[in-house]
Order: sequence, then C-alpha cells, then structure tokens
Amino acid sequence: MKHTITIMKREFAGYFATPVAYVFIVIFLLLSGFFTFDLGGLYENRQADMQAFFRWHPWLYLFLVPALSMRLWAEERRSGTIELLMTLPVTLPQAILGKFLATWAFTGIALLGTIPTWITVNYLGDPDNGTIIAGYLGSFFMAGGFLAIGSATSGLTKNQVIAFVLSVVLCLSFLLTGLPPVMEWLDTVLPKLAVDTIASFSFLSHFDDMSRGLIEGRDLVFFGSMIAFFLFLNALVLDARKAH
Amino acid sequence: MAAMIEIRGLEKHFGPLRAVDGVSFDVHRGEVLGFLGPNGAGKSTTMKMVTGFLSPSAGTVHVCGHDVASDPVAAKSVLGYLPEGAPAYPDMTAEAFLRFIADIRGFSGSERARRIADAVSKARLEGVLHQPIETLSKGYKRRVGLAQAILHDPPVLIMDEPTDGLDPNQKHEVRALIRDMSKEKAILLSTHILEEVEALCTRAIIINKGRIVFDGTPEAFEAKAPADVTKNRMDWVFRSVTTGDAETNGAAQNSAPATVGGDA
Ligand SMILES: Nc1ncnc2c1ncn2[C@@H]1O[C@H](COP(=O)(O)OP(=O)(O)OP(=O)(O)O)[C@@H](O)[C@H]1O
Ligand SMILES: [Mg+2]
Repeated sequence: MKHTITIMKREFAGYFATPVAYVFIVIFLLLSGFFTFDLGGLYENRQADMQAFFRWHPWLYLFLVPALSMRLWAEERRSGTIELLMTLPVTLPQAILGKFLATWAFTGIALLGTIPTWITVNYLGDPDNGTIIAGYLGSFFMAGGFLAIGSATSGLTKNQVIAFVLSVVLCLSFLLTGLPPVMEWLDTVLPKLAVDTIASFSFLSHFDDMSRGLIEGRDLVFFGSMIAFFLFLNALVLDARKAH
Repeated sequence: MAAMIEIRGLEKHFGPLRAVDGVSFDVHRGEVLGFLGPNGAGKSTTMKMVTGFLSPSAGTVHVCGHDVASDPVAAKSVLGYLPEGAPAYPDMTAEAFLRFIADIRGFSGSERARRIADAVSKARLEGVLHQPIETLSKGYKRRVGLAQAILHDPPVLIMDEPTDGLDPNQKHEVRALIRDMSKEKAILLSTHILEEVEALCTRAIIINKGRIVFDGTPEAFEAKAPADVTKNRMDWVFRSVTTGDAETNGAAQNSAPATVGGDA
C-alpha cells in the first residue's frame, strides 16, 4: 500500500511538472462549459438540473482521458525507466495501481473544477442535488473505466500516439454499443443474446442510469469490474512485453 | 561463505536467438566482477535477469539467498542496479528523483535525508540537485543513476557500463567510488574498457554469443597472451577468445588463433 501511494504521488506530481495538467484541466473546463451552456442549453431548459452537463461527459472523456493515460506506460517504456521501476522492490500490481490512481485522482480534480456549474444551477433554480451527486459519482467512475482501458493500451507500446489512438478506438466501442442506432443495426446481424450481452457492457447505459440519479450497486460494480479487468490485462501485457 | 549472487544454467531465448545460453557463476562479497564481451554478447540480458527485470527462459538466480523468480521483492530490496544508459525520470529534479527512490526503499524522516545526502556526496551531485534530470549532461545523468543504485547501501551492486560516456576525470572518480565500496559488497559490472578490468576488478568473465569463454583473474586473463605480444595484451586476448571458436571454453582453450595479431 505504501509503495502504491509513493508511485501514485510521483506520477501525480509528474502531471504538474509539465503543462499537461494545466492544458487538460483548462480544456476540460472549457469544453464542459461549452457543451453544457451552449449545446446543452442549460438556460433554455428552464429546468434546474445538470442533465445537459453530464450528457456530454462520455464524449468529452473519449478524447481527453486517452490523452491523459497514453503516457502512463508508453513513456516508461520509451525512456527505459520501466527497467528502473520494475527492479525496485515493488510488485507489478502496486506499480499499475499507483499510476492508475494518480490519473484517476487527476480526473477527480478536473471534475471538482466544475463545481461552479453546480453552484450556478443551484442559483438558477432548485435542482435535486442528490441526482447531481449521483451524476458526479457516475462520471468519476466512468472516467476510471476509460482510464483503465487507456492504461492497458499504453502498456502495449512505446509510442504514445499509438497508445492514444488504440484507447480512443476501444473507448469508442464501449460507447457505441449503447447508442440506439448501433444497437438496432446489431439486432439485424446478431442473435438477441449476443446483442444483450454487448449492450450490457455499454458505458453509456450504465452512466445514463447514474446521471439520472439512480445510484445502483450494479452500475458501480460494472465500472469497478471494468477497471479491475483492464488493469489485470495491463499487468499481463506489461509482464509479457515490458522488455520489447 | 555463501555466494551473494548465484547464477545457474541461465538462458534467455528471443525467438530463435539464444541471447544468453547456459551461463553459471557466483559472485562473493569483496569481489568486483568485470563482465566483458563484444556488443550483443548477452551482458545486459544477463544482468536484466539477475535483477529480475526479465524472466529467464531457463536457469535460476539467487541474490543473497533469495530466488529472483519466486521472491523478486526480497531479491530486489538487497540489490542496487544501474541499468544500461542510466534511465531516470526526465522531468524530475535529481533531488526529487532520489527522494522517490528513498521512499520506495522504505526510508523516511531523518534516515531518508541522511541516505540521500550520503548518496549525493558519493556521486558528487551537490551542484545539480535542483536541475531537471533531462537537462543534465550525460556524465551527471549517469551519476544520478549511480546515486540511485547505492542509496540503500545494498550488499549486491549490479552496474551496466557504469563509466560509459564519462570524461577521464569522472571515470577516475567513479572507479574510486566503486573500489571504496567493494570490500563490503558483491559487485557485478559490465564494461568495454579493458583497462578498467585491470584497475578495478578482482575477476573477469568474458561472454561471447551468450556463453562464458573466460572466467578468471585479470592477471590470468592477460597471461593468456603469448610473450611476444607486448602492447595491449588484454585486447589481444579479448579478440582471441571472442572471435575464435565460441564453443571452446576459456579454461580449456590454450592456443589463440594465429590470425588475430597484436596490433592495436
Ligand atoms: N527484447 C529483445 N528482443 C529481441 N532480441 C533482444 C532483446 N534484447 C536483446 N536482444 C538481443 O540479445 C542479444 C544480447 O543483447 P545484450 O543487450 O544482452 O548485449 P550486450 O552484451 O549487453 O551488448 P552491448 O555491449 O552492446 O551492450 C543481442 O543480439 C540483442 O539484439
Ligand atoms: Mg549491454
């Protein structure tokens, strides 16, 4: 546990040593503001809630999260520091978890940066703050799921660009499986059981539940297991390919 | 006395290539073992397996009695390792980097400060502590790697080309540092500089194509050159054992091919 925290602290500080952190947070805040107030029409809705705000999060994360996670392992491999890290007395799971938690905490901070939006909504009307908290929780867990995917793809390659593209594609597939047009098309080519199975892995539908205020154990468990699964995959990949 | 590093039948295959092909040796406390061989001989690959970065295709490694394969954390905590090229996190300062290493090694408070100060003074990093590592010169970067490796005063030290890229003064200092530490430790270092073996090592192992072709003292190594070779005798022996038949074991080999001359 101590080792995990030490690695997490180093990784976290690394974001702030370069402009990455600031660029990410500014873009995240600008885009989430733009989508919410402009495209989402928070003002026109006349309804004091943050549906419009949360609706865009999956699509924001689709590009921003891979940008954050792409360097996690690809950079260690490119610069050779992976050899240093893996010959220190830490286990692979400790290292993977430490780095993952650092990026996850970072997205948490970016999310906290949107609290002014929440305050605005409270100022404009009388929202159901329980729903909003559920939305934040859902958004945070969904970011965790995307990050775990990004961490695993980052472990596949030395090249951050490849890591980015791979994780956007993977994340996209977990989003598309929740879109009605895609599911209708899948219905025509696959048996019902397969379609239902695919649909149950959709980040969108699990997140939608939560952003509408339904904190259900199964959605949290879903994102939790996605994180665990992809970090496990991350360990397998790194163990097999760390020296290549 | 039990060996600090015990390597038995070590092999590493990369596809059809046998990068390390049946290497066995021991390193004891007080020994400085120079690990030599042409480019691609398998030196770094062997070291990566000893330090637990790569898992062997066959064979075992014990470090201070800990099996690297089954108890990697215990083995890694008693060894210090300077990987080839001295990798370090480029955007950290030397000080932050060493603090990270000290944290991972389990030091805190005044003990941590003392360990860092000690490593810094041994590696002579005082002037560059607050500089990001990516802005350091090659020599200083290597010293940061060295400081990192000796920070916890490990009983076993493994260094992959520790003096590569250093100027003559720095080479001299690093050698003096290694010599100072050598009584208490088992040291395995690779190098391409044959004088270094003479100046520093109590024993030399030459590997070629993944196999040991010589194992003995630097004096025995030099003595393999015929008497009429007067200059660069070690170079001569190195060439004869690594360009000759690699199957011939160093101990058994007593005639060097006549084609390799004594020219510099
Ligand atoms: N990850 C890898 N995949 C495939 N082949 C590899 C890998 N790592 C090393 N090799 C090969 O194994 C052989 C031994 O390489 P190694 O780096 O151990 O040599 P070395 O003795 O350290 O050489 P040098 O003196 O140049 O540092 C080389 O032929 C190298 O190409
Ligand atoms: Mg090498």
